[in-house]
Amino acid sequence: MRHLIRAEWTKVRTVPGWTIAVLLSVLATIGLGVLTAAGNHSSCGGASTVCPPPPLGPDGTAVDDHFFFVHRALAGDGSITVRLSSMTGQRRLPDATPGVRRVASGLVPWAKAGIMVKDGTRPGASYAALMATGTHGVRLQYDFSHDVPGSASRVGAGTPCWLRLVRTGRHLTGYESADGHRWTRVGTASLPGLPTRVQIGLFAASPGALRVARADLGGSVETISFSSTTARFDHVGLDGTATGGWHRTDVGATVDPDGSVHHPGSARWSAGRYTVTGVGDIAPRVDGMTVEKTLSGLLVGLLIVIVVAAGFVAAEYRTGLVRTTLTTDPRRGRVLGAKAVVLAGTAFVAGLAATAATLPIGTHVLRANRNTVLPVDTLSVLRIVVGTGLLVALIAVLVLALATLLRRASAAIAAGVALVLVPRILATTSVLPDSAAQWVLRLTPAAGFAIQQSIPTYRQVTAHLVPQAGYYPLPPWAGLAVTAGYAAVALLLAVVVLRRRDA
Amino acid sequence: MDNATIEVSGLRKRFGPTVALDGMSFTVQPGRVTGFVGPNGAGKSTTMRVVLGLDTADAGTALVGGRPYRQLRTPLRQVGALLDANAVQPSRSARNHLLWLAHSQGIGRARVDTVLGQVGLAAVARRRAGGFSLGMRQRLGIAAALLGDPPILLLDEPVNGLDPEGVIWIRGLLRSLAAEGRAVLVSSHLMSELQDTADQLVVVGRGRVIADANVTELLAAAARGRVVVRTRAPETARTELLRAGATATVTGPDTLDVAGPSAERVVALLTAGRVPVAEVSAYQASLEEAYLTLTRDAVEFQAGQVAR
Repeated sequence: MRHLIRAEWTKVRTVPGWTIAVLLSVLATIGLGVLTAAGNHSSCGGASTVCPPPPLGPDGTAVDDHFFFVHRALAGDGSITVRLSSMTGQRRLPDATPGVRRVASGLVPWAKAGIMVKDGTRPGASYAALMATGTHGVRLQYDFSHDVPGSASRVGAGTPCWLRLVRTGRHLTGYESADGHRWTRVGTASLPGLPTRVQIGLFAASPGALRVARADLGGSVETISFSSTTARFDHVGLDGTATGGWHRTDVGATVDPDGSVHHPGSARWSAGRYTVTGVGDIAPRVDGMTVEKTLSGLLVGLLIVIVVAAGFVAAEYRTGLVRTTLTTDPRRGRVLGAKAVVLAGTAFVAGLAATAATLPIGTHVLRANRNTVLPVDTLSVLRIVVGTGLLVALIAVLVLALATLLRRASAAIAAGVALVLVPRILATTSVLPDSAAQWVLRLTPAAGFAIQQSIPTYRQVTAHLVPQAGYYPLPPWAGLAVTAGYAAVALLLAVVVLRRRDA
Repeated sequence: MDNATIEVSGLRKRFGPTVALDGMSFTVQPGRVTGFVGPNGAGKSTTMRVVLGLDTADAGTALVGGRPYRQLRTPLRQVGALLDANAVQPSRSARNHLLWLAHSQGIGRARVDTVLGQVGLAAVARRRAGGFSLGMRQRLGIAAALLGDPPILLLDEPVNGLDPEGVIWIRGLLRSLAAEGRAVLVSSHLMSELQDTADQLVVVGRGRVIADANVTELLAAAARGRVVVRTRAPETARTELLRAGATATVTGPDTLDVAGPSAERVVALLTAGRVPVAEVSAYQASLEEAYLTLTRDAVEFQAGQVAR
């Protein structure tokens, strides 16, 4: 096998056209990625036109952190218990008459109201919150990306919801109850950086109302309109060393140029009854550019790799060299295996190099053009770089197998493009309906592109997380496993056919 | 490899309705050049592909050195083959073509340069094979066959495309390879290409062996002990020889073929009859004649299929 691999490697490197093509695929990926990045500019209203950077959560991810907080300072351990007696909301509708506001009542699905412990009031600060939602029941959410479901109960007239959040050191445990007597534990949050002194209190938030409509050419169009949530609390009980009185903070609110708060929240209380109205959301941010946007040129790079992979086998069939190859070792499975190893290795290095260069350069250019690029941790970047290398390698092996089965470069290239590039393009541009696009990215070898998704598909976020927006239906490695499955099955089939067929 | 032989036994193969091999059987012995002759489509290339494990026969066996090719682990060290001189990646250099082949068998680079020199391609070793003439490609293909220094060689139409100098070169090469004790099987559809080269002749047609014979014996049989006489008076000579009971045929303005008496007896007869004689020599049958003699009785072998 070692000899065969060495022989196949010699074959690859001694055809100048292939060497040039592989280098070209790397350069095309980098070049097109940087070009795309260079063409993206962002500016925001205001004096400086520079868009404010999004707040970062404790783990460095970009977050939305906008809500109305009624809070007191708590030193050390303690707890808060409330009865959430009602939760109502308003959504703004498109103007029928210009300038005349129309509103409808009702909660948005991820309307949030409940109790919170937070490391101060700075947007992005560590927190744990126990809340009732519009349609997603009771949840314990913490540090933006964590979401633990509780009961499915909804707060309405006559059906209040009791919530309790207990702080013990860095652990926060949420309990819920329908009557204030029998309590059910929802979950425990662990907040590693939580200081002794925290803010504890009541909050309300309301993400924009999302409406998704079918676009004319397939895909979808999203509109988000302003919404607010008003929550009424009573039976508010605070245990522990609380200092000072209740404060109101419109956390993360945008201040207009004239100094007034844009869409302010509010709170009032009397006789132990608290009414809190909030807008905004507390969640990971998915609105912004992702680092993988800079990898758009990979499709061109892949096309070149597909051509090389097809030619690597089909050229031997065209010239008859395949007979010479098969006389060097009659064990044909090993011969094809050696070819696959060499091609996969070459494609992996090319894909890895292209991605490793494109991501930092492209992201740098995007940021230089004042775009908001959602930050990604090192491990995810590593996963994207290595994963893209693997993706390119797997696609190369798939096409190698196809070329062995079809024995013609043109047919293998067409099949490779049809199986990988076409599904990917159809699913991520606004051509297919969303559900069709998701199925395409579950069932075709294009599923492997999921390995490039840098921001997870959070279920607790109000956004239309579809392939068109860069959100894949499968987790990264599961998507890559689908592509690997295709490559493995195709290679196995190619070995069987190659063994049986006269050369 | 103990016995450098190729043993083909009862090979049968169909391609759809076409019978390609119909009980092909023969043995190639070491130390001699075996010519594999027959018209295009007679099954020569198919037989070679089956021997090399490339095609599977429907029935029969093909052994190289006593084993099926598919059992060999570094086959190029045991069997060298030239199937198709055009089977090269056009943009790869001659040297690199041989280099990957060498790597596949664990053969060192030095051997590549040796065989390049042996076939006379050392000067163009770094040029792309796509720019080679057919003759140069044949030399490259022969270099590939020689790479593993194998005791068994199969060469399919190696003379094709060679210039006269190349033809002389390859005859010498084939003879010297056989002299080293190797088994050499050379196919051709032209009998004349094998003249002065082959020791043994396997003649095939329609997928089976029509004749398998030693060339020296074959030529002797075809000559049937005839004598060629050159004389200014062929008619007189003919009369003189007929009177002595010989068979004589005038074949040209000054030549006649004589069958029956030996050359010495012919000289004696003509001298006695005072017929002027320029030359008396043993008849040299051509391989074509030998071939025709061989195939004359082959019922299956019909006109229109006859090798030229």
